[in-house]
Amino acid sequence: MTLQIAIGAVLGYLISGGLALLLSRHPRWQRTLAFALLSAGGILSIAGGGLGLIGTTQTQTAALGLPWLPWHLRLDALSAFFSLLLGLVTLPAALYGFGYCREYDQDAQRRTPLYIFTGLFVGGMQLLLLADDAFSFMIAWETMSLASYFLVAFHHQRADARRAAFLYLLMAQAGGLAILLAFGVLATFGHGYDFTAMRLAALPPGWAALAFALAFIGFGTKAGLVPLHIWLPEAHPVAPSHISALLSGVIVKMALYGFIRVTFDLIGNVQWQWGVAVLLAGAVTALYGVLYALVQSDFKRLLAYSTIENIGIIFLALGLSIIYLGSGHPLLGALAFVASLYHALNHACFKGLLFLGAGAVLHNTHETNLERLGGLMTRMPWTGFLVLIGCLSISSLPPFNGFASEWLTFQSALQAGALESGVLRASIPMAAAVLALTAALSAMTFVKAFGVGFLGLPRSPHARHAREVNGSMRLGQGLLALLCLLLGVFPTLVVTHIAAVSRLLLQADLPSATAHGWLWLTPLAADKASYSAPLVFTGMLIAVAVWVAVYLLLRPRRQQEPVPRVPAWDCGFGGLTPRTQYSASAFSMPIQRIFRSLWYLEETTRESKPTFGIGQPAYPRYDVRVHDWIQVRLYEPIGQWVLAAAKRIGALQTGHLRHYLLYSLLTLVLLLWLLQ
Amino acid sequence: MNPTGWLLALLQTLLFVAAAPLFGAWIKRVKCWLQNRRPPSLLQPYRDLRRLFSKQVVLAEHASVIFRLTPYLVFGAIIMAATVTPFITLDTPTTAIADAIVLTGFFALARFFLALAGMDIGTAFGGMGASREMTVSALAEPAMLMMVFTVSMVASSTNLATVITSIEHQMVMTRPSLWFAALGFLLVIVAETGRIPVDNPSTHLELTMIHEAMILEYSGRHLAMLEWAAQLKLLVYAVLAINIFNPWGIAHSDGLAPLAIATALMAGKLMLFGTLLAAAETVLAKIRLFQVPVFLMLAFTLALGGMLCFIILEAG
Repeated sequence: MTLQIAIGAVLGYLISGGLALLLSRHPRWQRTLAFALLSAGGILSIAGGGLGLIGTTQTQTAALGLPWLPWHLRLDALSAFFSLLLGLVTLPAALYGFGYCREYDQDAQRRTPLYIFTGLFVGGMQLLLLADDAFSFMIAWETMSLASYFLVAFHHQRADARRAAFLYLLMAQAGGLAILLAFGVLATFGHGYDFTAMRLAALPPGWAALAFALAFIGFGTKAGLVPLHIWLPEAHPVAPSHISALLSGVIVKMALYGFIRVTFDLIGNVQWQWGVAVLLAGAVTALYGVLYALVQSDFKRLLAYSTIENIGIIFLALGLSIIYLGSGHPLLGALAFVASLYHALNHACFKGLLFLGAGAVLHNTHETNLERLGGLMTRMPWTGFLVLIGCLSISSLPPFNGFASEWLTFQSALQAGALESGVLRASIPMAAAVLALTAALSAMTFVKAFGVGFLGLPRSPHARHAREVNGSMRLGQGLLALLCLLLGVFPTLVVTHIAAVSRLLLQADLPSATAHGWLWLTPLAADKASYSAPLVFTGMLIAVAVWVAVYLLLRPRRQQEPVPRVPAWDCGFGGLTPRTQYSASAFSMPIQRIFRSLWYLEETTRESKPTFGIGQPAYPRYDVRVHDWIQVRLYEPIGQWVLAAAKRIGALQTGHLRHYLLYSLLTLVLLLWLLQ
Repeated sequence: MNPTGWLLALLQTLLFVAAAPLFGAWIKRVKCWLQNRRPPSLLQPYRDLRRLFSKQVVLAEHASVIFRLTPYLVFGAIIMAATVTPFITLDTPTTAIADAIVLTGFFALARFFLALAGMDIGTAFGGMGASREMTVSALAEPAMLMMVFTVSMVASSTNLATVITSIEHQMVMTRPSLWFAALGFLLVIVAETGRIPVDNPSTHLELTMIHEAMILEYSGRHLAMLEWAAQLKLLVYAVLAINIFNPWGIAHSDGLAPLAIATALMAGKLMLFGTLLAAAETVLAKIRLFQVPVFLMLAFTLALGGMLCFIILEAG
């Protein structure tokens, strides 16, 4: 039954795309039905995922695909968890999209492909979760990749969108190839393309390591691990915002799903050395992502880099899990594994929320550049408030959800003392220190994003005239914000249910995590560490109640006139303008100066002479462009090399028929000689 | 869930909040003595707070709701931190609510809103203060965590009460890891609470302010709450340092005698700690902002050294 619900979700998504094609002449109906079906699919995904997480594994064979290889479908705890995650982001994104896409009603050429590919894209992701053989897995994977290519290329009239989409496709195909090869290795030893056969296969250590490495590279490309990340900050921001939310919130989690499926489920028997590689990649990705997020001044680009950071954190925890499992500590492995999945779920919620918020800002101000925003908190109070919740969650501040999962990650890193190897015992705390730095820099990033974007004075006429967004867009954001709070306040319940996944894959449970009731999260033992998010939240509510009581008590005594408002202190220069505020690049300047060599910075300072009068200040102009170091130092040389090689080989292509005949003859002779 | 425990926790928190201005006044007094000045009365901070609370609030023109909420949120978050910190007794149910990592989370929450409030008024000072505060705290975070790691590896727990009990039963003299961690933590405290040489709480010199720049536009009760929160934060950090690295005498039960002894001992230790802090502030000059990373790197290296000491020399 549960599996049927999940299949129903796939159908819902696909029909939403199909109907959009049929109704392309009725924009209002098209939009309403497309998003209604998308929402319905989202609800089914949530239902299927939720039931699958508490229920048992279900399988089914569908008479689709190749004659000798029908599609195997399966819903176990792992796919149920990710199905839940998919639904939890798709539903708000669909509700939001209904309001967001109103502006495309006049644009028949673009809106129909948008709805069609959205349906295909989400349907592909849901199908991916159900696939139980390599064949249907790859079909779903490529459907997801190709459909999202068209979504990234939505603003195809813009050169940067075309470029981003091409880069995305290129990297997606390269990654897909690696995944295919990994399945090839597994299928060779399992004698079959269905996952059941692969699970039973006994791989020699070398081949197992090869399959792991291929899967790590393939899925790592899709997830955006450094140095395979360069497409991500280009592709995620240029899509329409509700799609950005799905790209950043969900599609990278599909890569995580694939990685977990292949590594923990199909290969099984993990080695701790793999964990070291994953841990290292995760730590580097997290730090790299946050440092780049910090210096961005485009809101959506900043969010995309922050996705890289969070993926790093998720993989860091996963690496810890592999290390613990590989060295024979299943309990600790389960703890890190649960922390990793918990953070994946949390990231889906807060990143979805933030992209929807950035979309709301874009929708009403036509700006995503922070340097041209400001003062939106008073103009768009709902969006401002909800984005603030997203910022608090992503900065891992209690009692919101980002904190709960980072806390669990820290707790699992703290258990490094249980390991035999002294090097590991010393290096895992270093990784945790990187995580601490990452978390603090992430808080700084979002103080900047919120402080510059939503507070202060508006820096452009667009921002000055911004209005609150419509109800559908507020509802979409509100749902995700509520989730961020609930996931943070009830970590014990979340952990209990995620533990079902670790029971399935690692055969290890977390009995102690909830041993003291739902109020107390005690990952290993009560005297080792405990965190009571509900009580922290209650404490905050008590504080609010006290303030309100004091306010009401004192109000009759105070004068009834409103609090006086005066100009802020301007050092006697007179007149604060939006230009005198701290800008986004000024805000990140200290960090930029401290870690200078990690960016590829292009700084220009110009000084224009005063046009009249002596003693007038000169107007210095400072411009900074941040290029991705890895792109400049690694990819561009490779790209140039490929181009140069292609040019050399291109010399063969003379355009004369006789040359081509000669090539044919030579090839023939060569083949004959080889066959001899 | 024993009511005595909760009552004790409430009383302890009240004592925390009430004693915070006094601790600040003590540091000021020692500093005055060392600098040959006449100190103000120990009650002066209380008078200042009363004065500020009775004054009218004046808001900056463009301040949004964040600016008005921040003092309450900051004060609330720091009180939360005080609630979960063992002060004179370990026998409270509140210490289990949050461990050392959650405690740093509370401070981070307060800092987040303070920085936002700084940016809310749309002046250059606010943004400057916010940017610098976040920079310093971001660099202090790894050192702080490494200290927590070292201590919790020694005690194999991050729960403050367990850590303190465990350290009480150990020979600290033979644990170089704890010495290193303590030194690192002292540097972190200086950075996190904005004392000399990282920041100067009594300066209003435009280019060197960090904390003060963020709260420049606050007045009346808002300012009072922020001042009080800053004093409380300093006291919480001081108590943490004392109770983690020198916990002897802390009460384990709710009997009157152990509590009285613990209170007296804690007062003495705090006076000593304040004296040290004042002496350090007298002999040191404030460093440039871009020297702060070096300072915090030292803190991190010390804490890391502590952890390596534990792994190499003490573990097993």
